[in-house]
Amino acid sequence: MLDQADGYTTADGRKIGPVVMEMKNITLRFGGVEAIKDISFDIREGEIRAIIGPNGAGKSSMLNVISGFYVPQEGQVFYQGQPRPPMKPFQVARQGIARTFQNIALFEGMTVLDNVMTGRLTHMQTGLFWQSMWKGKAEEEETANREVAEKIIDFLEIQAIRKTPVARLPYGLKKRVELARALAAEPSLLLLDEPMAGMNVEEKEDMSRFILDVNDEFGTTIALIEHDMGVVMDLSDRVVVMDYGKKIGDGTPDEVRNNQDVIDAYLGVAHD
Amino acid sequence: MFYREAGEFRTTYKEDSQTFPIRFDRWRYYFVLFVAICVIPFMVNDYWVNSIFLPFLIYAIAAIGLNILVGYCGQVSLGTGGFMAVGAYACYKLMTAFPDVSMFIHVILAGVITAGVGMLFGLPSLRIKGFYLAVATLAAQFFLVWLFNRVPWFYNYSASGQINAPERDTFGILITGPNTEAWATYVFCLIFTVVSAIIARNLTRGSVGRKWMAIRDMDIAAEIIGVNPLTAKLSAFAISSFFVGISGALFFSVYLGAVEVGEAFGINKSFLVLFMIIIGGLGSIFGSFAGAAFLVLLPVALKVVGVDWLGWPTDIVAHLQLVIVGALIIVFLIAEPHGIAQLWRVTKEKLRLWPFPH
Ligand SMILES: Nc1ncnc2c1ncn2[C@@H]1O[C@H](COP(=O)(O)OP(=O)(O)OP(=O)(O)O)[C@@H](O)[C@H]1O
Ligand SMILES: [Mg+2]
Repeated sequence: MLDQADGYTTADGRKIGPVVMEMKNITLRFGGVEAIKDISFDIREGEIRAIIGPNGAGKSSMLNVISGFYVPQEGQVFYQGQPRPPMKPFQVARQGIARTFQNIALFEGMTVLDNVMTGRLTHMQTGLFWQSMWKGKAEEEETANREVAEKIIDFLEIQAIRKTPVARLPYGLKKRVELARALAAEPSLLLLDEPMAGMNVEEKEDMSRFILDVNDEFGTTIALIEHDMGVVMDLSDRVVVMDYGKKIGDGTPDEVRNNQDVIDAYLGVAHD
Repeated sequence: MFYREAGEFRTTYKEDSQTFPIRFDRWRYYFVLFVAICVIPFMVNDYWVNSIFLPFLIYAIAAIGLNILVGYCGQVSLGTGGFMAVGAYACYKLMTAFPDVSMFIHVILAGVITAGVGMLFGLPSLRIKGFYLAVATLAAQFFLVWLFNRVPWFYNYSASGQINAPERDTFGILITGPNTEAWATYVFCLIFTVVSAIIARNLTRGSVGRKWMAIRDMDIAAEIIGVNPLTAKLSAFAISSFFVGISGALFFSVYLGAVEVGEAFGINKSFLVLFMIIIGGLGSIFGSFAGAAFLVLLPVALKVVGVDWLGWPTDIVAHLQLVIVGALIIVFLIAEPHGIAQLWRVTKEKLRLWPFPH
């Protein structure tokens, strides 16, 4: 079923498209440490792809390879069918890939609205001269992009804190604002590094709902790292399992759940 | 009582991103501008212009420039004096090479040249941050002063090694030299200050301002949203140096008239402007004005109160000034990094809710 080149249909009737991102034989070393060992997997258009694994398995490193922070020593990244040359993170962002961080990386000195507006920067091209005039081009661009940002703010239900400096927000809301900033870019691929870490049950439910809605309403492809197995099983279409830098499983949640290697390495540990 | 948000509804995003969204603020702004343009020029004399208005207007431009770099983009600089010197010497060379060109053009070109030099010295910021960058800009400060002292071409081989502003005009009105009118120099500088403030405000409220602030707050996250750190930092250095260069050009040509580079644009100047933005408020255009006003007025006020009224010896008053500035810097750095501007904002928030704070 997964081999079909142009995609498949999920049990709940969502259409999953062809492969947009493919990681081929990626190996990443930090000095002597091999954080990622010869891993290959792909991400299909419109799907929610989870990456799971115990602490230190190399999940964040994999996301960092995708978003251009690390250049793998071996292997090749394919994006939209093309081999991708080594790129800086800001170039990756301009290709329509947005992300959030495991440890929140917001701009603490700015308001929520300004943080979300920074997500629009890849869509704002007015030159310095016109910006210094403001009236005209710059103002029009600002207004047009503000409308998109406000839509995202409404969508994530953070209207009330729009003008609040981010530094004053509690942890759970910061996570949501960071998601808003990533969404404001209207990415075609969204990478989420533990979007629910440190949240209480209610906040986790909200976040799960948002992730599903984003995927559903905007058709955004999502790759996410998550520790909460319940959440992963509920959300994701396919799961990659990593352990000590190696890929030990790849498939639907059910396939992965019944994979003996995975049970030994991960679920087993988790149920101890 | 007057200060109310209630009853003011902003129905478009355009209205919401105005500089002064509250009507009362807007009126106050127009009022200040009206007094500055239509009242002060008819009242000033040489004493007021030279001891208060010119230094205030010129330092405000420098403070705006430095604030863009330090307050908005988070790149520390101790090279302000050196960049002001670049503006001054560029202006001097232009004034002597093209005597018939308007002073407006000279000052703007001096800013453009300083922007280029600033970008050059901003290159290290791509590799180093914080303390190390501060040291690199300090090196730029000393190098530039040394350069203008040592290369006679810059001071047209004059015997004294100083530069002197020749008489130049704009639209037939004398702006530089010994025979200027107080109102003319005042208006000339006022135009530059007001336009600089408007440009700075426009840049900082839009997309390039957000790029700078993103770099300031967290450079890794800035990259992930598509900000190229190279262009963001260099544009901050360029714009900042543009304003600092203009202020240096005015400082030399309109205010002092004659300059010895080490004295006028030494490391003290770098610190003075840095203190202005720390006391006034990092990351605030209004704060740049507040800081410049404070540090220009403080010595004048101390002299009037201490020496003229109380009859204290001059050196005691001078020391008192150092103590006050030093203490304020420490207080602001620890208690209120956003300076007078933040105190002002907090007061306004309170006023907005007064008399029902809940
Ligand atoms: N910049 C780095 N320099 C050196 N080693 C690193 C670096 N980044 C990650 N590593 C190492 O690579 C391995 C994988 O780390 P990574 O952060 O990818 O794990 P993870 O699966 O995200 O773990 P967690 O669940 O704790 O977030 C770890 O052993 C880590 O110490
Ligand atoms: Mg991780």
